[in-house]
Amino acid sequence: MSLEGAIAAHRFGLGARPGEIDRASRNPKAWLLSQINTAADQPVPLDGGTFKNSGDLVVEMFQYQRDRAMEKRNGTGADPVKTFFKVKAQEFLDELAARYALGFTTDRPFAERLVWFWSNHFVVSAQNPRAITFVGAFEREAIRPHITGKFEDMVLAVASHPAMLLYLDNAQSIGPHSRAGEFAGKGLNENLGRELMELYTLGVDGGYTQDDVIAMAKILTGWSLSRNGENNGFAYYDNRHEPGDVTLRGRTYPPTLEGGVAAIKDLAHDPATARHIARKMVTHFISDDPPAESVARLEKVFKDTNGDLHALARAVVDDPNAWKPGPGKMRTPVEYVTAGYRLLDLPKGDNTDKQVRGALAATRLMGQTPLAPPAPKGWPDTSDAWSGPDAVLTRIEWAQQVGQRMPATLDSAAVAEMGVGPLLQPSTKTAMAQAESQPDALALLLSSPEFQRR
Amino acid sequence: MTTRRSILQTMAAAGALSLWDTPIRYAFASVPTDRRFVVVILRGALDGLAIVPPHGDKDYASTRGVLALSTSGTNPLHDLDGFFGLHPSLTNVKAMYDAKEVAIFHNICSPYRARSHFDGQNVLETGGTGPHVLQDGWLNRALTPMGLADGQHALAVAQTPPLLLSGPARATSWMPETMPAPNEAFLARVRKMYANDPVLSASLSSAMELQTQAHAAMDDPAMKKPGAGAGYADLTPLFSGGGALLAAADGPRVAVFDAGGWDTHFNQGSNDGQLARRLQALDQGLDTLKTSLGPAWSKTTVVLATEFGRTVHPNGSNGTDHGTGGAALLLGGAVQGGVVHAEWAGLSSSALQEGRDQPPRTDLRALFKGLLAEQMGVPASALNAAVFPDSGAVKPLSGLIRA
Repeated sequence: MSLEGAIAAHRFGLGARPGEIDRASRNPKAWLLSQINTAADQPVPLDGGTFKNSGDLVVEMFQYQRDRAMEKRNGTGADPVKTFFKVKAQEFLDELAARYALGFTTDRPFAERLVWFWSNHFVVSAQNPRAITFVGAFEREAIRPHITGKFEDMVLAVASHPAMLLYLDNAQSIGPHSRAGEFAGKGLNENLGRELMELYTLGVDGGYTQDDVIAMAKILTGWSLSRNGENNGFAYYDNRHEPGDVTLRGRTYPPTLEGGVAAIKDLAHDPATARHIARKMVTHFISDDPPAESVARLEKVFKDTNGDLHALARAVVDDPNAWKPGPGKMRTPVEYVTAGYRLLDLPKGDNTDKQVRGALAATRLMGQTPLAPPAPKGWPDTSDAWSGPDAVLTRIEWAQQVGQRMPATLDSAAVAEMGVGPLLQPSTKTAMAQAESQPDALALLLSSPEFQRR
Repeated sequence: MTTRRSILQTMAAAGALSLWDTPIRYAFASVPTDRRFVVVILRGALDGLAIVPPHGDKDYASTRGVLALSTSGTNPLHDLDGFFGLHPSLTNVKAMYDAKEVAIFHNICSPYRARSHFDGQNVLETGGTGPHVLQDGWLNRALTPMGLADGQHALAVAQTPPLLLSGPARATSWMPETMPAPNEAFLARVRKMYANDPVLSASLSSAMELQTQAHAAMDDPAMKKPGAGAGYADLTPLFSGGGALLAAADGPRVAVFDAGGWDTHFNQGSNDGQLARRLQALDQGLDTLKTSLGPAWSKTTVVLATEFGRTVHPNGSNGTDHGTGGAALLLGGAVQGGVVHAEWAGLSSSALQEGRDQPPRTDLRALFKGLLAEQMGVPASALNAAVFPDSGAVKPLSGLIRA
């Protein structure tokens, strides 16, 4: 068992499951890289069923709109709105539960961490009632397959996904001079065009103007939903597209679907994007205060490989700053609860579904529901956002409750040794040894600074 | 002001605390006895001299120093017999004592003579002669001779059955939706553990400050709601829920409650402070238990025991360290009460165990054996073999239960 093995499991993974530090310690970097040779695993519904793809979900949504219109005309007393959103909220929670369950048990925790990272970069939030239907499918379809692929492919998958087109209002954006626009008197919605540059590619200081935002919005007109669910719910409508070539940041694109694809690819390969993504990734995996040399290294890899995300993940693993011991970043609530479940080999027993949903409720109380951040910027990725007085006390309370639910015979010192190992601090060992009961000792371990951090 | 209490209520409402408990079912057929036997494990080593102060001992005030309780002034101790008293927080226990429903044992402890919580609790719960000698709990082994080993009549009011109730016989467990919040002793330990983490320690201190304000608000009679618990770490949901299950005609007959928070190494306090608040929570919990048991209280015996006592003298941080002898309490309508049993040796240094602890004059196993025999009819043959192996020399106490 080595310190590097423990860092691999905690800083790059999701917290060590029993035996994981041992396995990682043989060759920590190789252990991590072996996890990302393919796309990430897909979550499996807890009830053993299947999740719907976006094509089916789009069909359902249009059916619901027809039902609602019918209901308005006939007034039969049914409430399709309420029924639809009740079902959709439940489907979202089911997706989320499956995602938690995967995090608790996966033996490819680094791949899962990359999924979580990218899902919090390309945000579609379930807080948006139109998007909630598609949030789970979005991650499964637009994020998971691309975590070790090309950045441009991920951006394209995201920008053409029904979830994103609804969340950032592009499905309703119509070129004012297009046939549809002139007929209906409707116009542009800049939301996706702006965020595509500000949040997803160039970054807020990445060099674009308000004219560029309008240009990008024009380029994206006609990118909307297919009414019959074909093409996974995406369709390009030429009659909504703003006519004429558009100039974006000095380059000119034709008024076609291909023109839009080219514009997005150019954004994906822009040097500002390389810097933005490099900085964000270093902040996530290494430090709230990202070391300049690490950012520069990743930026160069991004540029040299044309945004190869596998190469980028390798570069983070290879970065010397990522292996420095010492207090790391605060875990986000979902990282924290996941690490706790992995440490204790949960869920187990005959009510695993309830245990998973308990974890979901716990993270919500700690302030985070994954895939449902308040804004397109995503959940904060720095320690100060998660270490306020109330948050810390809530975590301690959770730790004590989990400790009390474990079998009385569980040896907390052995759990600490196996699951935290070389990262364990003397002050934690002392506190645990002096704890007044085994459940309290486990609670102290879960509350300890080294377990709150990664 | 957002208090931790209101947050806990929110948590309960959100269903977050029922992380994965299964609802208890009780469809019981005939039950062999209508007597109830309850064990409350006070984890963390409760200070026997704080809960049952020997205020009449000539050395009491001088040895206890800042921890000494007084018979006069504000918040005085409750005198019992001119020599022993009860901590000021134990108002309800005092009323039960006056009703002859409480018997107290002093200078009592398990056969364990070292000072580790884990090992001490292991001996307390297994009933062995030393730590890890036995693998299951004495109360579990006593279920079969009681005829209560069917899994429905022994209840752990805990997330998982404690060692005391673990073993071959089946038991059930239940916890209220609202779990008790972390107690102050635990939080003090966490704070110490956070000493080298400026962010976490600042946040925790600030949260605990809020908690202190919440205490103040709850100590204010104007803020106090009728029936409200002792504030932060309320034990009443535990005891009211467990008591209601025990009260049922076909419900459990044996129950174990867990109430920690007694490891008072720092700022223990005397007639107010950390331990006083914890004892107040316990006192209100026990009163709730009595109330929720209803008529069944008259058939009930509750024993409160801890793994060992604490040092007689205060330590350098106005607390007490791990000791040896301590106190045990017996409560219930079935108890031969209104009495303090103590082989008292005084508090002079020569009378103390290793010059520092209350001496171990009575073996807790003698109390447990006497209770199992008199309250639950467990025969001596079972007591000396299956239940407490190698305990033939430890004679059961007698006269504990009203005939």
